Amino acid sequence: MQAVTRVSGTAYPWGQKNVDTDVIIPAHWLKTVTREGLGKGAFETVRAQAGNVFDDPRYAGAQILIAGDNFGCGSSREHAAWALADMGIIAVIAPSFSDIFSGNAFKNGIVAVVLPQDAIDRLLVVAQDQPITVDLETMTVTTPYQDRFPFELDAFRRQCLMEGLDEVGLTLARDTQISKYEAGVAEHRPWISGERAHAGIVVEGSGRT
Amino acid sequence: MASRPLTLYEKIWADHVVERRDDGTCLIYIDRHLVHEVTSPQAFSGLRANGRAVRRPDLTLAVPDHNLPTTARRDAAGAPLPIADPESAAQLDALQTNTRDFGIDYIDALAPEQGIVHVVGPEQGFTLPGTTLVCGDSHTSAHGALGALAFGIGTSEVEHVLATQTLLLGQSKTMEVRVDGALGFGISPKDVTLAIIGKIGAAGGTGYVLEYTGSIIREMSIEGRLTVSNMSIEGGARSGLIAPDATTFAYLKGRPMAPRGAAWDAAVAYWQTLPSDPGAVYDRVVTLDATDIAPQLTWGTSPEDVVAITGVVPDPESFADPAKRDAAHKSLAYMGLTPGTAMQDIGVDYVFIGSCTNSRIEDLRAAAAVANGRRVSDGVHALIVPGSGLVKRQAEAEGLDRIFLAAGFEWREPGCSMCLAMNPDKVPPGLRCASTSNRNFVGRQGPGARTHLVSPAMAAAAAVTGRLCDVRDLVTHPAEGDRV
Repeated sequence: MQAVTRVSGTAYPWGQKNVDTDVIIPAHWLKTVTREGLGKGAFETVRAQAGNVFDDPRYAGAQILIAGDNFGCGSSREHAAWALADMGIIAVIAPSFSDIFSGNAFKNGIVAVVLPQDAIDRLLVVAQDQPITVDLETMTVTTPYQDRFPFELDAFRRQCLMEGLDEVGLTLARDTQISKYEAGVAEHRPWISGERAHAGIVVEGSGRT
Repeated sequence: MASRPLTLYEKIWADHVVERRDDGTCLIYIDRHLVHEVTSPQAFSGLRANGRAVRRPDLTLAVPDHNLPTTARRDAAGAPLPIADPESAAQLDALQTNTRDFGIDYIDALAPEQGIVHVVGPEQGFTLPGTTLVCGDSHTSAHGALGALAFGIGTSEVEHVLATQTLLLGQSKTMEVRVDGALGFGISPKDVTLAIIGKIGAAGGTGYVLEYTGSIIREMSIEGRLTVSNMSIEGGARSGLIAPDATTFAYLKGRPMAPRGAAWDAAVAYWQTLPSDPGAVYDRVVTLDATDIAPQLTWGTSPEDVVAITGVVPDPESFADPAKRDAAHKSLAYMGLTPGTAMQDIGVDYVFIGSCTNSRIEDLRAAAAVANGRRVSDGVHALIVPGSGLVKRQAEAEGLDRIFLAAGFEWREPGCSMCLAMNPDKVPPGLRCASTSNRNFVGRQGPGARTHLVSPAMAAAAAVTGRLCDVRDLVTHPAEGDRV
């Protein structure tokens, strides 16, 4: 994952509420086995409309997206985060995010910044013609007009973002603790592992016996 | 030491903490992992790229559902038919290869047990009370119906669970959603869940784990509870729990992957300790009296846009919140609806009965009770997609397929189908669909498609009348044992 400490520049002043992941990336784009190339499908239905913010030359190449409440609701598809990353988005600023989306965003080096609605309203105005800065060192969103909006971020997520850490690798290092937990389950809740009853499932055409 | 009363969620959480970190987040053990073809290929690629194995293939089960066409899978001679779309075929092949390479149990597309992950998990007894269960699909919340802490995850988390059998999580807040009263005739669990989402809003449950309580929930079958828990995510909550009880145990006993013998007895003894303690405190409590609710359906492009079938299309100007007003204007333009129109005056072109929300046997029985002896209205395409091969087989044993076929419905093979339009089942642009699925988002059922979320009985009623109609006007005398 690409490390990120600060992103500054043009932002899409969108402000749309309840943006679902079907809007971020429609389902027909999900028939891929890679993470790359989804930017071209990002916001497809929005971009089909004339005068949309994503095709406005004033905001071309923006790395920040300003949205409304409940951004990323709906499907768990990480393709939404991949699509945003592929179109160059590094930070999304909104009053709230769906839980699943914000997790997916962080795992792909996208900062999900939560700010109150009045701050969003202000940023939507400023971003019309001025750059916005999101800084993970100072934990603030700032504008050239001296606006300064502090935000909060889970400490671990912040560290992962700033150092570009591999979370799977970090957890694998806790193998002893995981094995110890598994031994406890085998003793107290043995049915969790069970007798592998699903070996009885009929499996056809998969090449397995 | 006397401990404070705990909620169901807190008990399951406490029993799955591998390690607590200084910042309060916990490494949580995952007991069950369901895998499907769409959100897993990149996770397996990640494992390969780093030379990592799947830690617990025995706790993992894979089945294709999202992409699979729902047309016949074998020709007249019984030979498997190829999948026409090369991208879908590649994704399905990838699941087969990945599960074989990593030693994961896999239910093949042609197996009688194949179906939608969230139908298959409970049906096979893979889903158990008190377990943590994840899947790369947001409707994993469904499994909460059996008292499992179940939630949807992204592909990076799928990779994390495959490699470590854990997730790093912060504890959620808890919300009790208490539904009391008595359901009127013709009112189904789908109407209850739509009423709840209409009440709390699409983001109302964000950051919370829901627990559904109250007499209405207690009286529901597991099928009905699955419908309610399934839609938790449409209210913003990753999980929606229902305490395990005698209904749960009776449903699970004897299922292929459920424990047996002494293990079953030990499991039940443990499951009986799980319900929230008297006096347990939730961060928020929402109550709903379901006694007077009419059949519910959506008018807009968010699942929170709920109205009774007896109501009218709302006027966006009636919303106080300017953002909501603006969204409602856009929704109505997309939906091609005019404020003040009676919901029952809206004609439909498509009817879809299926999805992980409403494709189980009771759903099909409810739809069949309405379809029986009637005809699908001229010009309406009506599709029935059973949730699994076993549901399909059961329905056929009960003669439901003959009722549907005689009425002019299509009777398909199991899969996610027209719920998300990844496979060839799509609603054409500008056309209107009464759908038993879970999302009415812009373009969800196909580009430009207009979706109204309804119960199975309401969907069948729309099919036979050609419009959104009140199912209570069609079915006045409940057939013995039918849940309409």
